Amino acid sequence: MALSHLFSSSRSSTLLKPLTTSYLLRRPISTDSTPLTIETSVPFTSHQCEAPSRAVDTSPKELLTFFRDMALMRRMEIAADSLYKAKLVRGFCHLYDGQEAVAIGMEAAITKKDAIITAYRDHCAFLGRGGNLLQIFSELMGRIDGCSRGKGGSMHFYKKDANFYGGHGIVGAQVPLGCGLAFAQKYSKDEAVTFALYGDGAANQGQLFEALNISALWDLPVILVCENNHYGMGTAEWRAAKSPAYYKRGDYVPGLKVDGMDALAVKQACKFAKEHALKNGPIILEMDTYRYHGHSMSDPGSTYRTRDEITGVRQERDPIERIRKLILSHDLATEKELKDIEKEMRKQVDDAIAQAKESPMPDPSELFTNVYVKGYGVESYGADRKEFRGVLP
Amino acid sequence: MGTGLTRFGRRMRWVPSGLTRLGKQFSTSVCDNNPPAKSFNLYTAINQALHIALETDPRAYVFGEDVGFGGVFRCTTGLADRFGKTRVFNTPLCEQGIVGFAIGLAAMGNRAIAEIQFADYIFPAFDQLVNEAAKFRYRSGNQFNCGGLTVRAPYGAVGHGALYHSQSPEAFFCHVPGLKVVIPRSPREAKGLLLSSIRDPNPVVFFEPKWLYRLSVEEVPEHDYMLPLSEAQVIREGSDITLVGWGAQLSIMEQACIDAEKEGISCELIDLKTLIPWDKETVEASVRKTGRLLISHEAPVTGGFGAEIAASIVERCFLRLEAPVARVCGLDTPFPLVFEPLYMPTKNKVLDSIKSTVNY
Ligand SMILES: Cc1ncc(C[n+]2csc(CCOP(=O)(O)OP(=O)(O)O)c2C)c(N)n1
Ligand SMILES: [Mg+2]
Repeated sequence: MALSHLFSSSRSSTLLKPLTTSYLLRRPISTDSTPLTIETSVPFTSHQCEAPSRAVDTSPKELLTFFRDMALMRRMEIAADSLYKAKLVRGFCHLYDGQEAVAIGMEAAITKKDAIITAYRDHCAFLGRGGNLLQIFSELMGRIDGCSRGKGGSMHFYKKDANFYGGHGIVGAQVPLGCGLAFAQKYSKDEAVTFALYGDGAANQGQLFEALNISALWDLPVILVCENNHYGMGTAEWRAAKSPAYYKRGDYVPGLKVDGMDALAVKQACKFAKEHALKNGPIILEMDTYRYHGHSMSDPGSTYRTRDEITGVRQERDPIERIRKLILSHDLATEKELKDIEKEMRKQVDDAIAQAKESPMPDPSELFTNVYVKGYGVESYGADRKEFRGVLP
Repeated sequence: MGTGLTRFGRRMRWVPSGLTRLGKQFSTSVCDNNPPAKSFNLYTAINQALHIALETDPRAYVFGEDVGFGGVFRCTTGLADRFGKTRVFNTPLCEQGIVGFAIGLAAMGNRAIAEIQFADYIFPAFDQLVNEAAKFRYRSGNQFNCGGLTVRAPYGAVGHGALYHSQSPEAFFCHVPGLKVVIPRSPREAKGLLLSSIRDPNPVVFFEPKWLYRLSVEEVPEHDYMLPLSEAQVIREGSDITLVGWGAQLSIMEQACIDAEKEGISCELIDLKTLIPWDKETVEASVRKTGRLLISHEAPVTGGFGAEIAASIVERCFLRLEAPVARVCGLDTPFPLVFEPLYMPTKNKVLDSIKSTVNY
């Protein structure tokens, strides 16, 4: 899936070798894509539609890819945390660890022709769309190799060639945009859909309801994905929403509640939703998920929820551990092999950071570009006039 | 989006307590009899004002995103415990709803004190402020009004806030007759101006300089006092050039004045405090004396409130002006991520402009 091109060629050897060694003990690697059926953690709950089956088709290869991709995301977010604390990342920074299964499962069900648009917690969605680590760390540090050429920072990742319409800073604003994307997709009959992601906090913005009505009225192929991590900053969902059953809040728009910590359930739901949206218009997917980090880097994340709650989720529902257990119980890899994968992900992250640190800052003239299509000759000088002065494009 | 300002602003700032208050004195009497004053930072001063507002008016309410927990900048700490959850409460994340609700609450004769978490997030509520709040009194022939409405929002740069945590949107609201716009420069000012705003019979948008929440510390009288709206204050007297600003920018301008003085230029610095309706007389009187005017604000220069001041003063003092009115402001770009120092109207830019205006 999405991240495959990121993996160095050495990856097949690390993975293949141990697997081949234990050839006799286990399914041989050649049966990688042998179909496997696995039941979702919990049943789907549906609203105005019939829920898809709990039995999800997958394969050993897919499970290992899930593991690898999520391990990479986890490592990447933890590294971003350290970079922030080292003051190498400026601006605001929101991490996705805990929620990886949503990004992974969604990508497994759709193609790059489908569009994704999300809020500011966008690092992993970008990686899922095929973005690379160098672009991510460079953007975080405001360097020119960043995916937005260092001009956006953590909240503003985009990837046009993979239809990733990116990270948005104003809570809820991206959802009506998603309806517009979907209208264009429908109009050009390209059988593609838009996944518009938002949080449980964002679900209370008026724009959400405007988007729901518009998309239902015009049967737009848009899937509204509510990533319910149960908190909007410090506010628990029940404090802010009369009905925290977000999958039902579209009233006339069908909805599905999904275990967002189970990548396979997410995949099943997204596959179902895409088919539905192409045929019948919008649908809401409420992903029951959890963020391990605080809301942003200045939030320790422990004042409005208990430590027990956080450890409980980590122990019982962690999306990576769930896949690890599946892999081990189906005897698809050994614990050591999985540990090695994690080590390799760590190395990839470290290498990318080292490289990103070498990436230069954008040229000061970049301050003025992209405001309009054409520059308009703003005159400017630096913090100290003597340092830098010029009439810029 | 952060819960706290600890990482903000490592740059040392001038602390307004050292200001000599020349010129216009506070017109409220309460300040005069040396009441007890202790040193407080700006967010604590705001917090005190809110305590007093709720204490003195049983029909006052404070609400907004996370304010029940103290708010991201701690300005509402302790209020819910003290006054209860029916008067101090969290709202869902819905700015348009928050302000619309506040207007209705105020229309029933209450004091609705709404917090918008960052000024950058006030735009979903723009329609409510512009079309509902500002015109309620006028279009109902004075039957209804929402004069008890005060919308508080932290504005401005913090050193690394980037596009959506740094903006200064005051000029948008200055284009709306019926609203008042107030911006304090320091803790003492913040407390007195906020109490006046809350008690003013007109809807007020009150922008708080978030860079100064912790950094700015000065003696703040502990009792209930108000500072007049629409009265500017000369905070530094001078004879060669008049500088006008508001909020956090005044500290930058003050530093430039000090540097200019070393080069023999005497600057008069005015804190406008209320942007609409603004105190033209104080600015005019100063420009009549100095013959030169410089305005500085963080918001982009084009269409900023500096333009309005410049135009008005040119109308009033055309023959007295010895140089074009200078504006040292944010650039006409979105608020940048890595180029904040380039974007900002820094001390050196102000100083340069003082010199070129005086030597024109
Ligand atoms: C219009 C607007 N209001 C407030 C904010 C500040 N803010 C940023 S994220 C956030 C909480 C959003 O919570 P949720 O939608 O659940 O998403 P999560 O952060 O949990 O992913 C708030 C209040 C904002 N960015 N935009
Ligand atoms: Mg949330």
